[in-house]
Amino acid sequence: MSPSRKIRVLIAKPGLDGHDRGAKVVARALRDAGMEVIYTGLRQTPEMIVRAAIDESVDVIGLSILSGAHMALFPRVMELLRKEGADDILVIGGGIIPEDDIPELKKHGIAEIFGPGTPLDEIVDYIRKHVKV
Amino acid sequence: MRVEDLVRGVLEGKRRPLARLITMIENEDPQASEALRLLYRHTGRAHIIGITGPPGSGKSTLVTRMTAEYRRRGRTVGIVAVDPSSPFSGGALLGDRIRMQEHSLDEGVFVRSMGTRGHLGGIARATSDVVRAIDASGKDVIIVETVGAGQSEVEIIDIAHTVVVVDVPGSGDDIQAIKAGIMEIADIFVVNKMDLPGADRKVSEINAMLDLDQKMGEWRPPVLLTNGRTGEGVPELVDKIDEHMVFLRESGLLEEKGLQRSRDELHQIMEYRLTRELLQHLRGRPEYERAIKMIAQRHDDPYSVAQRLIAEFLVELSRSGGGDEDGG
Amino acid sequence: MKMVDEEERREIQSALEAWEKGPVAKTVSRFPERREAFATPSGITVKRLYTPLDVDSLKYNRDLGFPGAYPFTRGVQPTMYRGRLWTMRQYSGFATARETNERFRYLLEQGQTGLSVAFDLPTQIGYDSDHPMARGEVGKVGVAIDSLADMEVLFDSIPLDRVSTSMTINAPAAVLLAMYIAVAEKQGVPMEKLRGTIQNDILKEYVARGTYIFPPQESMRLITDIFKFCSEKMPLWNTISISGYHIREAGSTAVQEVAFTLADGIAYVQAAIDAGLDVDKFASRLSFFFGSHSNFFEEVAKFRAARRLWARIMRERFGAREDRSCRMRFHTQTAGCTLTAQQPENNVVRVTLQALQAVLGGTQSLHTNSRDEALSLPTEESVRIALRTQQIIAFETGVTDTVDPLAGSYFIESLTDEIERRAMEYIKKIDEMGGAPRAIEKGFIQREITQSAYEHQRLVDSGERVVVGVNKFVIEEGHTFDYMRVDPEAERRQIERVRSVRASRDQSAVDDALAALRAAAEGTDNLMPFILDAVRAYATLGEICDVLRGVFGEYRAPDVL
Ligand code: B12
Ligand SMILES: Nc1nc2c(ncn2[C@@H]2O[C@H](COP(=O)(O)OP(=O)(O)OP(=O)(O)O)[C@@H](O)[C@H]2O)c(=O)[nH]1
Ligand SMILES: [Mg+2]
Repeated sequence: MSPSRKIRVLIAKPGLDGHDRGAKVVARALRDAGMEVIYTGLRQTPEMIVRAAIDESVDVIGLSILSGAHMALFPRVMELLRKEGADDILVIGGGIIPEDDIPELKKHGIAEIFGPGTPLDEIVDYIRKHVKV
Repeated sequence: MRVEDLVRGVLEGKRRPLARLITMIENEDPQASEALRLLYRHTGRAHIIGITGPPGSGKSTLVTRMTAEYRRRGRTVGIVAVDPSSPFSGGALLGDRIRMQEHSLDEGVFVRSMGTRGHLGGIARATSDVVRAIDASGKDVIIVETVGAGQSEVEIIDIAHTVVVVDVPGSGDDIQAIKAGIMEIADIFVVNKMDLPGADRKVSEINAMLDLDQKMGEWRPPVLLTNGRTGEGVPELVDKIDEHMVFLRESGLLEEKGLQRSRDELHQIMEYRLTRELLQHLRGRPEYERAIKMIAQRHDDPYSVAQRLIAEFLVELSRSGGGDEDGG
Repeated sequence: MKMVDEEERREIQSALEAWEKGPVAKTVSRFPERREAFATPSGITVKRLYTPLDVDSLKYNRDLGFPGAYPFTRGVQPTMYRGRLWTMRQYSGFATARETNERFRYLLEQGQTGLSVAFDLPTQIGYDSDHPMARGEVGKVGVAIDSLADMEVLFDSIPLDRVSTSMTINAPAAVLLAMYIAVAEKQGVPMEKLRGTIQNDILKEYVARGTYIFPPQESMRLITDIFKFCSEKMPLWNTISISGYHIREAGSTAVQEVAFTLADGIAYVQAAIDAGLDVDKFASRLSFFFGSHSNFFEEVAKFRAARRLWARIMRERFGAREDRSCRMRFHTQTAGCTLTAQQPENNVVRVTLQALQAVLGGTQSLHTNSRDEALSLPTEESVRIALRTQQIIAFETGVTDTVDPLAGSYFIESLTDEIERRAMEYIKKIDEMGGAPRAIEKGFIQREITQSAYEHQRLVDSGERVVVGVNKFVIEEGHTFDYMRVDPEAERRQIERVRSVRASRDQSAVDDALAALRAAAEGTDNLMPFILDAVRAYATLGEICDVLRGVFGEYRAPDVL
């Protein structure tokens, strides 16, 4: 690995959800852990997220949803990634995601879901461990 | 992916290979230089525009508006948005894209965010190679956004054909008045946020400064008003940028600058390679360490030692038929 | 409080020093205190002990005064809860109007005294339920309202002359207010009798809540149009709820909550004055909204400080002549972000304390969060416990029997002062930037909030700020909580419903109303009457907002990291 290699992460807010406190806090933690974090702002469609991930060559997509629309939007992101041949990107999520929905989301290829109360270092460690550099 | 495939993908204008190559350039992957070598002949076609100015002056908003205008005129656009990396962690929050997402589904637009990654002069080197890769992918216009805070804005003139300096009305504490350094690099001035009070006064101030400028050549930088929110003034800005290109071409400056740039770049590469190879050659040799000790003990001086070591290296180099083609 | 004269002051001073040097020093040397220094979450130092010396500069009549009178530090009514209790108002809404109407009626049966409508996100952003951006979001986190037909169902069998209704609606506030007026008309209730509140606070949407549609200037016009319309026709209606709650929940400190909310308030008052309104004509209908967080005394002091500071701003800055223009009435919600997914039952205790703070701080209405806050929308049982919490405070504890019972506490008065002072410093800084809208555009307010949110999270992660059940006293938990699920079929039903409304109405009446609205939006007429006509013709929320989008444009907030 070259010394200037940096992990690049896209933090995205799909759908109409305006809860961005968690996304922004996570973004800062990843920055402080030495990663390059691209943030796209609110109200992103799955199409926009996937395009940004590809243009920016990110290693990780972090999806944040607290408005309950995850079952409609997360799988759609995964589907588009596969269509673009970009499903090598690690996709993780966070927010208010009921326990019962997690197995289903993992089936679609979301690697991990982090709920309320997750320490930021746990997220940093997870990414470091799962991004092949 | 093999370098040849990557290069072919870039030349065909595909996004994924281009995006990958940019990552390799940023990571100083040895294969990136090989790809750039193969791509070099296909570059030099895009009009490269630098946008710089104080934080929050509306650069990203303007870039988005300009992109819309270029697309209306049928031209494809590449955007490179550079944000500073944290000097502490080396990480970065790249937020310019927030304002550029409206073009994210347009096939004719490619947006890439970059952190400065701290290394000295690194921004200039990586950025110019990144711009070159996008150029090779066939974008007609490439816009590079850099924050106007110190060095990077000066480096932008080494990359861009046309430099647009953005300022805003008033001069609150967070908005530095245009500094002498930034004045000199502007080909076009924009006073953005023309909807705020004091825009006209700002224009006169800049014009007054330009009146005092002794060194000005045939191109007097125009001062334009824009509104990033509504797009007012943006078609005129794009017209002026085009006009500047025509001027560069007709005045012979484009060719002159091109030559100068190739010369600088060749020098830079040679200097870099020579130094690197010389040091590689010397590193760890006992006589090298001995010579250093002699200098430290004042038995010898660094001037003579440098001369001697370089001379010996050159002799050896000519005997071995040159260094390796490429390096890591 | 000038409770002491010069001589007594000196006596206290020397006794205090003796106490510090004697018993305190001795105790501390043997049993060190739990921390080197203590501070509130806003960073205000908390001393070991407060004495009359700490309130020395306080002048009773100037700084505290009497309840119901300027500067309202001690409350907005002369008798406060001895007269009428605060309004118990649980924020609720989900799925379609039918389900939410049932929940409303349940809450009223359980003794709730006001309504508070939570709309779903498509409604708040001006999309009909069949809009592509609404996919997966319809009815999920609030009730879906597309047209007057839905509003009729929402308030079915709820007499609007007898209940006050608060609607958390911002960018399309004018449309929902118009629908409310139209439903009332059908019930035979004229608009001058309607009581309630629309949130209508767009500035905090740009920085903390995210449901904006139009650019700032056009949004301000809609807001001042509502101010004008209501000042003539709806004397009992609160035309805006200037909200600190969302700013706080996005991560700000208590001081920042007061500062940024009042800075927004200043911008609205200025806009209305600039639009030609007399400050004493509209100011008494402004209302506020704050959160109630974990630090007990800082929160109580915050409410008092906010009231006093607003009164002074209205009088000194805007020259309000009438006392009622200076009177800050506010709603309070307990802080959702302090509630945890871990050991959810603990949340009942947190909410109890936070609710008590709001009452001691003199709130006019209150929402208590449910124990399942960090899991889902509340179940019926959870929301009942939350409501009972208020009722227990109101009827069992006796804290309501005297006005502003914590006044005169050296600590509370000193904290009240300090919060006011620090908030004023922020407001000055924002003034220097050119006011709240400019500070928002520069990203100043957003950055301050995010910075505080991040610092908080770091303190929690390091264990320095304890959250019981999360970073201390943690247990292994199964997932046993039976949380609420919104019927996934609601979206489909609602889409069918809006389509059938569109198919069955008089289309030419809708077209005419929308054309008239467009023309008005392009000019300078007050838009309220035009929106009201469109709503009466069953134009949908999405159609009305699309007309306005066409004229005003859509906005992207200056989102900063
Ligand atoms: C704060 C808050 C707000 C604030 C948001 C401020 C802001 N700018 O973010 C305000 C007050 C504005 C708000 C408004 C609303 N809210 Co709210 N809100 C909350 C609350 C109380 C806390 C969320 C929070 O910020 N926590 C602190 C952060 C740091 O934690 P977090 O987001 O959970 O993030 C952590 C993890 O989840 C994870 N994570 C999160 N994102 C990501 C991303 C990645 C990539 C990774 C790896 C990890 C990760 O890591 C973080 C660190 O631990 C929750 C309830 C709760 N206690 O969780 C309700 C809650 C989310 N809100 C809710 C609702 C309904 C709303 C509204 C829609 C109500 C309405 N009808 O109007 C509105 C509208 C908001 C909108 N525009 O979308 C519901 C959602 C219900 C559901 N999903 O079923 C909740 C659950 C409350 C409830 N029980 O009713 N809300
Ligand atoms: N009033 C007004 N605001 C504008 C105008 N152009 C941009 N803005 C606003 O200015 C703010 C900053 O805009 P950006 O485009 O992010 O500025 P920037 O120069 O790219 O910022 P950095 O990349 O952070 O240095 C945003 O809130 C924009 O909406 C304009 O013409 N008038
Ligand atoms: Mg920018």
